[in-house]
Amino acid sequence: MSKLNLTRRGVIQTGAVAGAGLALPTYLSAAGHEGFTNAPTGSTVTFGFNVPQTGAYADEGADELRAYELAVEHLNGGGDGGLMNTFSSKALEGTGILGKKVEYVTGDTQTKSDAARASAKSMIEKDGAVMITGGSSSGVAVAVQALCQEAGVIFMAGLTHSNDTTGKDKKANGFRHFFNSYMSGAALAPILGKNYGTDRKAYHLTADYNWGYTTEEAVRTSTEAMGWETVAAVKTPLTQTDFSSYIAPVLQSGADVLVLNHYGGNMVNSLTNAVQFGLREKQVNGKNFEIVVPLYSRLMAKGAGANVKGIFGSTNWHWSLQDEGSKQFVKSFGEKYGFPPSQAAHTCYVQAMLYADAVQRAGSFNPCAVAEALEDFEFDGMGNGKTLYRAEDHQCFKDVLVVKGKENPTSEFDLLEIVEVTPVGQVTYDASIFGGELGTCNPGA
Amino acid sequence: MDALILQILNGLDKGSAYALIALGLTLIFGTLGVVNFAHGALFMIGAFCAVTLNRILTLSHTVIDETRTDFLGKPLQVDVPYVYDIFGESAGNAIIDWSVPLAILFAIPVMIAVGVIMERGLIKHFYKRPHADQILVTFGLAIVLQEIIKYFYGANPIPTPAPEAFKGSFDFGTMIGFDPNIIIYPYWRLVYFCFAVVIIGAVFAFLQFTTFGMVVRAGMADRETVGLLGINIDRRFTIMFGLAAAVAGLAGVMYVPINPPNYHMGMDFLVLSFVVVVVGGMGSLPGAVLAGFLLGILESFASMREVIDFIPGINQVIIYLVAIIILLTRPRGLMGRKGVMED
Repeated sequence: MSKLNLTRRGVIQTGAVAGAGLALPTYLSAAGHEGFTNAPTGSTVTFGFNVPQTGAYADEGADELRAYELAVEHLNGGGDGGLMNTFSSKALEGTGILGKKVEYVTGDTQTKSDAARASAKSMIEKDGAVMITGGSSSGVAVAVQALCQEAGVIFMAGLTHSNDTTGKDKKANGFRHFFNSYMSGAALAPILGKNYGTDRKAYHLTADYNWGYTTEEAVRTSTEAMGWETVAAVKTPLTQTDFSSYIAPVLQSGADVLVLNHYGGNMVNSLTNAVQFGLREKQVNGKNFEIVVPLYSRLMAKGAGANVKGIFGSTNWHWSLQDEGSKQFVKSFGEKYGFPPSQAAHTCYVQAMLYADAVQRAGSFNPCAVAEALEDFEFDGMGNGKTLYRAEDHQCFKDVLVVKGKENPTSEFDLLEIVEVTPVGQVTYDASIFGGELGTCNPGA
Repeated sequence: MDALILQILNGLDKGSAYALIALGLTLIFGTLGVVNFAHGALFMIGAFCAVTLNRILTLSHTVIDETRTDFLGKPLQVDVPYVYDIFGESAGNAIIDWSVPLAILFAIPVMIAVGVIMERGLIKHFYKRPHADQILVTFGLAIVLQEIIKYFYGANPIPTPAPEAFKGSFDFGTMIGFDPNIIIYPYWRLVYFCFAVVIIGAVFAFLQFTTFGMVVRAGMADRETVGLLGINIDRRFTIMFGLAAAVAGLAGVMYVPINPPNYHMGMDFLVLSFVVVVVGGMGSLPGAVLAGFLLGILESFASMREVIDFIPGINQVIIYLVAIIILLTRPRGLMGRKGVMED
C-alpha cells in the first residue's frame, strides 16, 4: 500500500505550477476589460503598426509607417483629412475614434515570422494595442494573423499577396485589402494574350516558398486556359542572388516567355540577369522573347532600373491613378513627405481607415463587432473604385491594375504605366476554392 | 554538351567572385592568422564605392521644366548633372556611363585605407586571442558596417549598370559550331571573369616576384624567424590587410552591374567564401582560387533542371556537400598546408 506524502512546501509548489498552467491560455488577454482584449478605457486607443523596419524590406516598411502616421494624423483631425474627404462612408469625423484620440506603437517584423509574432505579441500584451496591422510578406501575415486570432484582436494585413492569407490560412479576426496571386493571374492573362498571342511557351522561375507557389499556380492556370503551354517550372532558392545558372537554360527549352514569380531582391536580381543575358533581344519560335513579372512593386522596380522597361505585371494601386481618392491620397502623402506613396503605403493607410470606420459604425472596439461591420462592407473613394470586403474570406474585391515598365520615365518614381484597369468581376472567384475555415471571431478576454 | 558548356561559363563568373573574396580571406589568414568575418562587408563596401562614384558623377542642380508636371501637378524639376555643365552633355553622359570601371580608381585607395584602419584600429587587438573571439568581433564589425551602409543608402538594391558598350550578350555557341541562341553569355560577365584573372595574376606576381612579396611569404611561413632578422613584419602584414581589402573591394566594384548592390550582399557571399577557403585549404592561395572556380562551376551544374529533377534540393546544398566530402577525404582541403589551423 502506498503512502501519500503531503508536505506544505509540496502543496504550495504544485499549486503554483497548476495555477500558472491554468493561467497560460489567457496570457494574451491579461489586460482584457469589458469583455474583449485591450478594450480602451481612457481617452486614447492604441494601434499596433507591425512593419519591417530592418532587413531587406525595410524601405517598404518605412513607407508603410509613413502611411500609418498620416492615417493617425487624419483620424485625429490633423492635416487635410486625406481619404476621409473621398471615402463613401462618412462615419469618421476627424475626432479620433468613438471620441478617443488614436495613438500608436510600432514593432519590427524583420520580415521573419517569429520576430513578427514576437513584436505583435509585445504590442498586444505590453502596449495594449487593440488592432495590429502592417507587414510586407505573406509568411509574416499568416503568422501574425494566427496570433491575433488567438489573442482576440483584429489583424488588418499590410502587403501580402499569397492566396493563402485569405484562403487556406484565413482567420475570422483577419482582413486583407491587398489583392492576391489569383487576381494577378486573372488580370494579367488577357493582356498577355492580347499583346503576345495565345500560342506561347512559358518557362517559370518560382521563388521556393508559399507565395511563389501560389503565384506560379495562378499565372499557369490563367495562361494555360487561354492556350499557353508551360514548358518548365523551376523553383529557385529564396536566398539565391545570382540567377544566371537558372536563366541560361531558358532559351534551350524552346520557351518564348519567361515568367519570374519572384518578389523583392529576388525579382530585382532575376530580372536584371535575364536582361543581361539578352533574352529580350532574342527571337524564339518566330516570336520576340518576352518576360513577365506577375507582382510589381514600384519600390522594387526602382532596384531593377531600366530593366523593367516594357515588362508587364500587376499591382494593387499606383499613384498615377486619376480617381478622386487616389489623387487625394497622393496629394496628402506627397505634400507631407515630398514623394508619391507606394502601393504598400496605400494599402496600409486604407486598412487603418477601414478599421477606424468599422469601429465608428459598430460603436464598439469589440473585435467581433468590428468584424461584423467590415464583413460585406461596400465602399468607394479609397483609390480602387467600388470595393467589397467579402464576408466569406475577409478578402477585398476591387479592380486590379495591369502595368508595364515605362519606356521614358520622367522621374525616379515614374517607373510604371497603367495598361489596363481590370474590372473586379474578372478577378472574382468562389471563396471555397482555396479551402480553409474562417472559424469564429475571438474577442479575447 | 551545350548545357555543360553553358554551366561551365556561368560557373566561371560566379567562381570569379568566390575566388577573389577567398583570396583576400586567405591572405589575411595566412599573414595575420585572423579569421576575418568582416571580409564580405569589404566586398560590399567596394560595391558601394561604385555606387558612390556614380552618385558623385550625377550630382545635379535642378531646372524647372514648365512644359511638364510632377506627381503633384507642379512644374517638373529636372535634374541636370554638373558634369554636363563642365564637359557638355555628350561627354558628361559618357563619363557617367563609364562610372563602374572608373570606380576601380576610386575604390583602390578607399579600400586600402578602410583595410588599414580596420586592422590598426580593431583587429590587431585580437591577434593573440582565440579564433572564436576573432570571429565574434569581425562578425560584429560586418553587421555594423552593413547597417552604416543601409543608413546612408537604404535597404533596396541600387541599379548601377555596366557601360553601354558591354550591355547585352554574345552568342558563344555559334563561335564553336552550335546553333544560334544555344549558348549565350553576357559581355559584362566575360569582363568580370577576365578582370578576376588579371587581379589574381597580379596578386600572385606581387607575392612571387617582388622583395616585399618574398618577405611576406617568408613571414607567412615563419613569422618569428623573419622578425628575428630585424624585418618589421607587422607593418608588411598591415599593408597586406589593406591589399586584401582592396582585392575584395575591386571584386565588389565590378560585381554591381551583375546584380544591383544592397547592404546585405557581403553576407550573401561570406559563408560561401569561407567554405571555399576551407575546401581550398586554410592558408593556401592557389587552393582558394582553385576551390572558388570549382565550387562556382559545381553550383551552376547543380542548378540545372535535369539535376534538380533527379536530386531535388541539390542546388541548395551542393557546396556544403562537396565541402563535407573534401574534408572527409582530404582534411587539409585541396591544397592545404600542414600545420595551418592544426594543433
